[in-house]
Amino acid sequence: MTTTDDRLADPVSGPTTEILQLTDVGKSYGNVHALRGVSMTVRQGEITCVLGDNGAGKSTLIKIIAGLHQHSEGVVRVNGEEVSFSSPRESLARGIATVYQDLALVPLMSVWRNFFMGAELRKGPLRSLDTATMKRVANEELLRMGIDIPDLERPVGSLSGGQRQCIAIARAVYFGAKVLILDEPTAALGVKQSGVVLKYVARARDAGLGVVFITHNPHHAYLVGNHFVILNRGRVSLDASRSEIGLDQLTNEMAGGAELEALGHELGSSLAEVEADGDGERALRPS
Amino acid sequence: MTQTAHSPASGRPDPSSSSPSTGAAPAGPPARDDRVRRRAPLAALLGRPEIGSLIGAVAIFAFFFAVADPFRSVSSMATVLYASSTIGIMAVAVALLMIGGEFDLSAGVAVTASAITASITSWQLGLNVWAGILIALAVSLAIGYFNAWLLLKTGLPSFLITLGTFFMLQGINLGVTRVITGTVATPSISDMDGFAAARAVFSSTITIGGVGFRITILWWFLLVAISTYVLLRTRVGNWIFAVGGDADAARAVGVPVRATKIGLFMFVGLCAWFAGMHQLFAFNTIQSGQGIGNEFLFIIAAVVGGCLLTGGYGSTVGAAIGAFIFGMTTQGIVFAGWNPDWFRLFLGAMLLLATVVNLVVRKQAEKR
Repeated sequence: MTTTDDRLADPVSGPTTEILQLTDVGKSYGNVHALRGVSMTVRQGEITCVLGDNGAGKSTLIKIIAGLHQHSEGVVRVNGEEVSFSSPRESLARGIATVYQDLALVPLMSVWRNFFMGAELRKGPLRSLDTATMKRVANEELLRMGIDIPDLERPVGSLSGGQRQCIAIARAVYFGAKVLILDEPTAALGVKQSGVVLKYVARARDAGLGVVFITHNPHHAYLVGNHFVILNRGRVSLDASRSEIGLDQLTNEMAGGAELEALGHELGSSLAEVEADGDGERALRPS
Repeated sequence: MTQTAHSPASGRPDPSSSSPSTGAAPAGPPARDDRVRRRAPLAALLGRPEIGSLIGAVAIFAFFFAVADPFRSVSSMATVLYASSTIGIMAVAVALLMIGGEFDLSAGVAVTASAITASITSWQLGLNVWAGILIALAVSLAIGYFNAWLLLKTGLPSFLITLGTFFMLQGINLGVTRVITGTVATPSISDMDGFAAARAVFSSTITIGGVGFRITILWWFLLVAISTYVLLRTRVGNWIFAVGGDADAARAVGVPVRATKIGLFMFVGLCAWFAGMHQLFAFNTIQSGQGIGNEFLFIIAAVVGGCLLTGGYGSTVGAAIGAFIFGMTTQGIVFAGWNPDWFRLFLGAMLLLATVVNLVVRKQAEKR
C-alpha cells in the first residue's frame, strides 16, 4: 500500500475557485428522505471525499450531481449558476463527468476505441475514423497520467480492474471535465491497484479538476483528500478540511464513533473493546 | 477480494503497478514499450472473428474439390457463388444486426413480403414495375423500423419481437396474396413496363470468359466491402460494436443507441428488399409461402462467420464466408451426386462445429 505521501495530499498552491456548490440539497423518494440538508462545496484543484456507510445516501448524491435524478429540495450551483439537471448529458455539458463503478467501457472493444467512444475523431472526405491519431492521442493521454497500457489494440475486458478504472478517468479528463465524480473507484480493487488509482486521482486533481471521491474506505480517502464529508442516514454528519481532522478521527467518525460510544454506555461494557472491534472491521473490509 | 498484480487475463505483470517511477512519466511522444513485443502477424490474424469460418471454408472446398468432379469447373464455381450470394446478401445485414446485439427472425419472410408487395402493387395498379419496386422499398424499411420501434418501446428481447413479426408477415403474405389474386402465388409480371430494366439491375447475368456470373454475386461482394469499411473505419461502425457490446455504457458516453438500433433493423429491411427484388425478377412470380426458415440460414452464416450471439463481436466478411460455406455445401452435394435429404443434418453439424472452432481459436488468440 502506498504510504501517506505529502506530495499526494498537498493541495495545489494558489486560490481555489468553488466550482460546484450544494446548499441544503435534499431528495425524497415518495415518503422516504434519502438525502436531507446536504451542503458541500467542490473546489478546483481539490479532492472532496464523500464517505459513508451503505445506505448513507452516497449514490443518491452522485445521481443528483450526475443528472440521473433531480433534487427535490435545496440549490445546486455550478460556477455560481443555479442548475437542475434532467439528464446526464446536461451534467456533462457543464463539465461534470461521472465515472461509475461499472465504468461505461465496452469489454470487447479495444482500448483506443473505448477511449474515443461517442466522440470519435474523423478525417477525409469520407469522414472515416482517424485511427492513427486516435491511437496516438489515447496512448499519450494514458502515459501522461502515468498509465502504461502497452497494447492499445487489446480488448478492455482483458485488462485489470485498476487499468480499466484509469482509462475511464483519463477519458473524462481528456474530454474536458472540470468536475470529476468517482463512484467508489477503489472498492473492487486490491491494495496495489488501489494505490495506482489513487495516484491517478491525485494527478487529475493536480491537473486542476475538482474531484469528488466517493468511498467507504477512510484510509483511501485520507491519502488523497483535501476535504472530507461524511454522510450518515442521509445527513452530513461531518464536514471538515484536512487541517481540521486526522485519520484516526476520520476513521472513528466514519465508523459511527458517537453511536458506538452511546452503545457502550448503554451496555455498560468496555467501550474500548467495542470501539476497537468496530474500527478493525471497517478498516479491513474494502481490501 | 484479493487481486494480484499479475493479472490472469493479460498473463503478464500489470504494467501500471509494476513501475515505481510513474510519477515521472514522459509527456513526450510515446516510445514503444520494451515489455511488449509487436503482436505477431499470425496472432493478429487468428484474433480476427472470421478466421474459424475461413478455415472451415478451405476445408469444405478441398473436400468437395476432391470428391466431386463437376465441382472443379469454373461454371460450377459461378453456381456456388450465386447460391451463396442469395443467402449472403441478407447474412451481411443480419450479421451487422447481431454485432449490434439484436436478432431478426422475420428477415426470411420479409424478403418474400417485399417481393409480393412490388409484384402485387405494380400488377394491380397497372404501374411501371419501378413504382412497385419503390413501394416495396418503403414497405421493407417500414418493417425494419417497426421491429426496432417495438423493441425500443417495450424493451422486450428482439428474439420475441421479431418472432412475432415473423408469424405476422407469414400470415400477411399468404392472406393478402390469396385475397387479391385468388391463388397462393403472385401473377407473372414479365410483360410489364420496366421489367427488362429492373431485371438487368436485380437479376442479370454477366459473362466473363464464357462463364455466366449472376449479378447478385457482384452486389454481394460490393455489400461486403462497404459494410466492412463502415464497421471498421467509420463512427457508425464503432457505434454498432458499442451498442452490441454494452448498450448502457455506450449511452453513458453519448452514443446514440436508439438511432443505431433503428438503423440496423432498417438496413436488414433494405437488404430484404434487395433480395426480394432479385427473387421477383429472377422468377417473375412469387410463392407466398417461400422464405420461411431462411432467417435461420442468415443467422447460421453470421454465427459460422464469427458473430457472437450476445453481440459486440463479429464481421461481415465472416458472414459472407459463412454464406459461401452454405453455397458450397448445397451445390457440392448435388455435384457429388448424393442424396440432398441429408443436407440439413450437415448444416446443423457444421453450425455446431464452427461455433466450437470459433471459441477455441479465439481463446488461443487471446493467450498470445
